[in-house]
Amino acid sequence: MQRILLFLYSLRAFLLFVFLEAVAIYMMVSFNSQQGAVFFNSSNKVSGTVLSYKNGVVEYFSLASVNKNLVDKNAELLAELERLKSPVDSIYIELDSAFMNTFQFKGAKVINNSLRFSRNHITLNKGADQGIKEGMGVFNEEGIVGRVKGVSKNFSTVISLLHTDLLISSKIKSTDVFGSTKWDGLDAKKAKLMYIPRHVDVKVGDEVVTSGYNAIFPEGIPVGTVLEVKPGLENNYLDITLDLATDFSKISYVYLVENHIETELDSLYNATGVTNE
Amino acid sequence: MNSTRIFSLIAGFFLYLIIQVLVLKNLVIFGTAFCFLYILYILLLPINVKTVQTLLIAFVLGMGVDLFYDTIGVHTASVLMLAFVRKRWIQAITPTGGYDDDLQPSLLNLGIGWFFIYSFPMILIHHTLFFYIENIGTNLFLSVVQKVIASAIFVFIMSIIVQLLFYSRRRGI
Repeated sequence: MQRILLFLYSLRAFLLFVFLEAVAIYMMVSFNSQQGAVFFNSSNKVSGTVLSYKNGVVEYFSLASVNKNLVDKNAELLAELERLKSPVDSIYIELDSAFMNTFQFKGAKVINNSLRFSRNHITLNKGADQGIKEGMGVFNEEGIVGRVKGVSKNFSTVISLLHTDLLISSKIKSTDVFGSTKWDGLDAKKAKLMYIPRHVDVKVGDEVVTSGYNAIFPEGIPVGTVLEVKPGLENNYLDITLDLATDFSKISYVYLVENHIETELDSLYNATGVTNE
Repeated sequence: MNSTRIFSLIAGFFLYLIIQVLVLKNLVIFGTAFCFLYILYILLLPINVKTVQTLLIAFVLGMGVDLFYDTIGVHTASVLMLAFVRKRWIQAITPTGGYDDDLQPSLLNLGIGWFFIYSFPMILIHHTLFFYIENIGTNLFLSVVQKVIASAIFVFIMSIIVQLLFYSRRRGI
């Protein structure tokens, strides 16, 4: 018995190594899921506080471009508002009051961002206390940004569109053909549009927007423009490269969107056995 | 080990961690050369620090870096491998005459040739593991190799600069 213990003691460095390595791998597997697991990432209290201090310093350098973008977005919204004010002399029919407030919007500030890895994440300065929930869609005035992965009290982590596991349901604006946008891990300015059948006529420069089918994003948020169309190598789909609308190296303020009927849609899909990405 | 020595080791730990996550995280050259300079802290621990202690330090350091990089476990797993191999590698490349007991295995104490043989394979091990784990599930083999080699060269050059600027000849920071 004593010799066994002595033997194990002589191997203690190796055993500790194996144990710690196992802990690390366990964390990798269980925390790298799409949802949840807030404690061990950049939205926990300690790292969130440090990152927001850092951002307090760094944000001054990007103020000019942030202001310009906000002014542009304001102008666009004002124009939209003008268009939507219902004309006095026309008949205005409210289609269905249940869909009037389907989407709700919130704003937040980016305090941590990366774009060089194959699985990039973004940290925001708002969390559960400010009404952020898991699964909310994230976009900014240029286009789509990502999806909320996990929230803590005052911070939240977002899976960036620059994450090789995230699929965004999108469509080509001119023809209404829909597919999925997925990042291929190479260039932070480009992504792939998948599942567009070969018979569809796609032109370079076509605009791609969210389709509204997966209930995370409302319809029509810009994703990018078509940069290159090639016949796919081994399957029936086209190989389309998109030029992303969002400049991920510059995002500083983002909007979050919550779909009030998402849970209802999800339970309907579950009940009928439809899988929706 | 006297108390000032221990204090400078602890201060060095936090200094490396904070500089890594706040400054060097944004330093990526050409989109391929990353600067994971925090592994220099593990590389430059005194020679008489035992493997068990090195492993524990590496675990905490890796977790700290992972927290801010949102790559939970990936930095930890690769820096643990580095900590485990370190002592054996130092013993394998002992120069004639051996080491002093609490020597810091740095460029200034043992010369550039020895430091290159010591650190470059270690940096390569760490980076290969890190980028391999980080890219599991994607088929980006070429870009991984590119990142590993570019980052290893970058970190090696940075480690030389840091040692020449901030380290003194015999003792820690």
